[in-house]
Amino acid sequence: MHTTEARLDRIRGFAPPRPHNARTIAALTSNPGCARRAIMDAAGVDKARVAAHAGFRAPFGQSQFAITRGNAFEAQVKADGCAELLRLLREQLHLPIPEVSYDDLEYFGGERRSHEARHARTRALLGRAAASGDDAGTMFDHPMLTLEVGGRRVYLEPDLIAFRLRDRFHVVEIKSFAVIDGQADGGKVAAAVIQSAVYVLALRQLMEATAAAPPDIVADEVILVCPENFSNRPVAALLDVRKELTVLQRQLARLERIEDLLDTLPADLTFDLEADEAGVPRRPPGELAEAIRVVPARYAPECLSSCEMCFFCRDEAQGETGALGRDVRDDLGCVEYVPTALALARGEAEPSPEQAEAAAVLRLACRLRSESLPGGEGPPPAAGRWPGEEALGEAV
Amino acid sequence: MSTMTALARALAVEQGVAQPIATVRHVHISDRPLVFVPLALAGEANAPLAAMVGDDRSDPHLLVVAQPRNRDQRFAFAAELARIFVLYLELFFGAEETVPVGRGGEQRTRYADAPQLLVPNQGGIEFVALLGRSTRFRRAEGEWAVDPAVPVLGQWLSWLAGRAENPASSMLLAMTGALARHWASGQSAVEDQNLAALAGWIDPPEGMTGQQAAAAAEDPLTWPPAGPATDPTFDNEVLARLIENAARAEGDERAERRALRALTEALRGQIEPAWRLVWKSADLLRALPPGEHVARRWDDDKDAFSLYAAYLREGGAPQPRRDSAVTAARRLAWLERETVRYAAQRAHDDPLVMAEQRLAGEAFAGQVIAAEPGRVVGSGRGRKLRPLITVATTDPVAIEEGTRLVSPSRPGQNAVLVSAAPAGEGLTEAVLELSGGMGYGLIAPTGTIPEVGEQVCFATLADDWQPHGELPLPEDTPWTHGGPPVPYQPADEDVTEAWS
Amino acid sequence: MTVTEMAAHAARAEQEVLAALDRLAGDDRAVVVDSPPGAGKTTLVVRAAVTIAAAGEPVMVVAQTNEQVDDLVCRIAEAAPSLAVGRLSAADYVTSPRVGLAGALVATGLDDLRSCAVTVATAAKWALTRDGSWPWAIVDEAYQMRSDMLLRIAGRFERALFVGDPGQLDPFSVVETQRWTGLTWDPMVSAVEVLLRNNPSVQVLRLPVSWRLPATAAPVVAEAFYPFGGFSSGTGPGERSLSLRTRGLGARALDECVELAASAGWALYELPPRQTVRTDAEAVAACAALAARLLQRGCEAASEVSPGAPVTASRIAIGTAHRDQARAVRKALAGAGAPEVVADTANRLQGREFDVTIVLHPLSGRRDATAFHLESGRLCVLTSRHRHACIVVARAGIPELLDAHPAVEPVHLNVPAKFPDGWAANQAIMAHLADHKVRAS
Repeated sequence: MHTTEARLDRIRGFAPPRPHNARTIAALTSNPGCARRAIMDAAGVDKARVAAHAGFRAPFGQSQFAITRGNAFEAQVKADGCAELLRLLREQLHLPIPEVSYDDLEYFGGERRSHEARHARTRALLGRAAASGDDAGTMFDHPMLTLEVGGRRVYLEPDLIAFRLRDRFHVVEIKSFAVIDGQADGGKVAAAVIQSAVYVLALRQLMEATAAAPPDIVADEVILVCPENFSNRPVAALLDVRKELTVLQRQLARLERIEDLLDTLPADLTFDLEADEAGVPRRPPGELAEAIRVVPARYAPECLSSCEMCFFCRDEAQGETGALGRDVRDDLGCVEYVPTALALARGEAEPSPEQAEAAAVLRLACRLRSESLPGGEGPPPAAGRWPGEEALGEAV
Repeated sequence: MSTMTALARALAVEQGVAQPIATVRHVHISDRPLVFVPLALAGEANAPLAAMVGDDRSDPHLLVVAQPRNRDQRFAFAAELARIFVLYLELFFGAEETVPVGRGGEQRTRYADAPQLLVPNQGGIEFVALLGRSTRFRRAEGEWAVDPAVPVLGQWLSWLAGRAENPASSMLLAMTGALARHWASGQSAVEDQNLAALAGWIDPPEGMTGQQAAAAAEDPLTWPPAGPATDPTFDNEVLARLIENAARAEGDERAERRALRALTEALRGQIEPAWRLVWKSADLLRALPPGEHVARRWDDDKDAFSLYAAYLREGGAPQPRRDSAVTAARRLAWLERETVRYAAQRAHDDPLVMAEQRLAGEAFAGQVIAAEPGRVVGSGRGRKLRPLITVATTDPVAIEEGTRLVSPSRPGQNAVLVSAAPAGEGLTEAVLELSGGMGYGLIAPTGTIPEVGEQVCFATLADDWQPHGELPLPEDTPWTHGGPPVPYQPADEDVTEAWS
Repeated sequence: MTVTEMAAHAARAEQEVLAALDRLAGDDRAVVVDSPPGAGKTTLVVRAAVTIAAAGEPVMVVAQTNEQVDDLVCRIAEAAPSLAVGRLSAADYVTSPRVGLAGALVATGLDDLRSCAVTVATAAKWALTRDGSWPWAIVDEAYQMRSDMLLRIAGRFERALFVGDPGQLDPFSVVETQRWTGLTWDPMVSAVEVLLRNNPSVQVLRLPVSWRLPATAAPVVAEAFYPFGGFSSGTGPGERSLSLRTRGLGARALDECVELAASAGWALYELPPRQTVRTDAEAVAACAALAARLLQRGCEAASEVSPGAPVTASRIAIGTAHRDQARAVRKALAGAGAPEVVADTANRLQGREFDVTIVLHPLSGRRDATAFHLESGRLCVLTSRHRHACIVVARAGIPELLDAHPAVEPVHLNVPAKFPDGWAANQAIMAHLADHKVRAS
């Protein structure tokens, strides 16, 4: 019997697993119904490389201007033992902060440390701080947390953990999108909030593991720090992450049941790129694409902004009403394929019993459209114009 | 926007070209719009990088900021943009027209036409709003003085961005949105936000299908993004180097000029395709005949423009950062009224839009099969003319009895649904009681009410609005809403606000 | 607790409200009362109005619909026959017979109502008045009133009692904008939300007992929809019961389902999984068939107020999310010979009460959930209308749909996190119903 880990390794192939971070864990909640994504993320597959080799390079990329700006802003907030941040917490959030010390967990003992070493030190320091009744607070910079995700240990680096603000640990997230007149982009804040929730979860697990304090010593409010208006001055906001914690916990629990999904897949399935010594992928792209298609996807246009496989899955979904949008498929009575919907609308196809109601709506829509357009509906479908129409014939 | 649009998308997929979802144009397209295509530097709230702007498609102004993080250069950009904008606005201060006020024979004047700003996409509108916000509080004197045209630009841009929230206004239009109101592409609404892809579906190049044109539009090398965001690969492989060269060349005049020219040409290459696309989109829309209410809505825009221009001339203060309680409630009421009116007008102007209502059972069309034009109700002096008509329709009528309906061909007339009963063979017979729009006597003049045999359409969507009641004066804002707001005092902090 | 103890508990809570109103002074100008479904909100409003008016201070009562106004007018008149009650109405209002019987003064202008101790009108009508001021106002269904309406009427009164159900549907607008999100005076949120954000010291009290929901329902509804302010049923286990006079014959799944509902207070009638149009004929037919079956089998209800009475058609309601679904159900009911059974949307069922309800689950037959269909207020209204039993009709697949739902809703600054979360509430209800499932054959 193969273990889950071994099976996932087989699917990934020889490449090392892409390390998870808070962003990728948070992304587990962005399309939980997609088996393809679930398997690839669980196995640590480099989705961008696989997509590129299959002929569908992902459109994502980050501008160095954005990266530079983000780093500069974070450095500014943390400078001088987090002086700016402390001022924010005191003045804006009115958090009563006694004297605060600063601990950098990335460099200690004079040198840069490994993940394990940093995590061990983080555990020790945070555990000690939690158990002590001391009034003083600490800013923990570059802490290293862990989380069990799909059976694998993941290392996570929150920006900062602030301690003993109202007797609690608060996760601090520094982002470089602006807060203008008290408002920020809802999607970006949502992403920051769910990433922070990942850290809160990890920190609570750490408290449980060290038994230093009950897990609720970690506040379910995180501190988001962003630039204010058009300047570089930071502004802070408290955000409640309870909802996101619920969602995350549920999705992580589902990930634990990845074997159920694996059981449905052939044992020899692999997305390995068969790279040669120079690292150049040698696997025939068509074969890779076939392997990918074995695992069903749940494509929606929203994937275009959140998953590196989006172009591959979109191409595969051509002809599906879902590719036009979840609401469009809904409006077409959940009929799955475009040619089917049109055939039903024109009365050219007999609807199955399940399609009867949708067909009635579509026929009415088609009639109304013809009546309302000056020239009627438009030219009848040209034969063979639609790729794969023959293959979809039986779906009608 | 539902089944009719969804069906049109499916048709577009099959036909390889976008399908109309409107038979007339529902936005105003000016003969002389100002097209504005901005680019912003990645990672900042609103750091202008370049902009192509002008009211002549063959003669654009290209503004470039060589060091987007340099405050002086940003304000120089704003000043230059302001000059162009103010020149454009002045085209409209010349001609006025008189309009009647009420029925008393009074008149007032307003400008005969209004400016129109066209941007490629929703991001363009947000750029306009942010640029307005970052400039409207500046001042022309004092320690942090900027060119006097800059705060004026800021107020106008903020005002335009505010009007753009109203679907009935056409003063600031995103071309992606305007096109999407009239055509359904064979891709998703998400992908429609790419102007090149959407335009590719609507008017694919010779020999290409909509799918192929849209696919080509996704390649940033063929079609650079229409902004304000730039393509990250362009940023990393081209822009970064050119900006650095321009910075390093400071001091050496020749090198500076060369570096600036290189940067300008690279940015021109990124912006120009979008510039052409915006003009082309305007042409595509202009080719549609205007809906009947378009002119009326443009009149509202002209009124608003005239009022705001007068306000600014009198030294009006810039818009506050956030709405106070009373301002917010007033604005909400305005937006609700405009949204309902716009939806009703579009349906009344356009049978294809009305079709969506009919599909949902909220409207129906059919033939008048019976009529009682002389029916009178009440007695004595309270006698009123209330004709009845019976309409036979095959549309699914899902309207409750007693609901008020309106017909596009007789907008001043009310119809109340008395009954709607199935009459076999998929027919429904709807009985309607009519009032209004038929003169003041007990006999309706010919043509004022539908006659037997006439094709009619009745809809629940009506172009009117129930008043909600009075809002208190801002200084009377009640304790429930935090009491009266602090009146706006221009503060130094507005002027010194960092734009870094 | 017994019914008597529960009644005492509830009465104490009511007294606490009246005492809190009595204590209001200076800048302390409001009391908010959260009232879970069937907790005696109208009784409280009437009691408060009568108490304040009897002490000599005129009261303006604000309701949201004409129906609610009529209801309050009648009950106030009934509770205090010597009080002059006025009804401020729109020009096209036709005095309903019961209002006429109650002896209330009906007028379109305040001038005609100057002598009234209590004046009742809709918020919309109050918003049209320009003058007049009252020392006291009572705002009913305050969580369903939008804050911009409150802005229009707050100038009319000095102090106020706000009563409403925080678990039910939020106010709504056709306009979609984030422009005011985060402002403490956001015109699009409920009146109570704005009141509390601008006046954080306002006391929020809670009515602790639901007289409507049976012991089988109160804990379920409280846990799912009222996470921060639970409530108990006013009746204990066994005090409410449903019985079926005749035996089942021939319609196995339908019979099993009504029997389960009668014994457990809940049932889930599960249809085979399918993605369908909204007016899913099979689901609509099932709703109507279940209602008809209840009537056919002579369903009887026994409760603390009556030893046994037949459940008539008008005491059964079928709730849906959309109007077209309600229409389809009405048609099916007519076809099933049960046209007096009520069928309506959650919006229209708010505030109403029945012996047995049947719910066409908002997510049934859907492939994806949307914010509208997940809205907790909707499901809360649909599952809290019943005194005895609630049957949910749904196609299989809802828990899977919820698990597959992308959690990508935007998050805004300065907006307190709203609980319950619709997704979590839906999960909780489905988890509960899983133990009461009957599969349609």
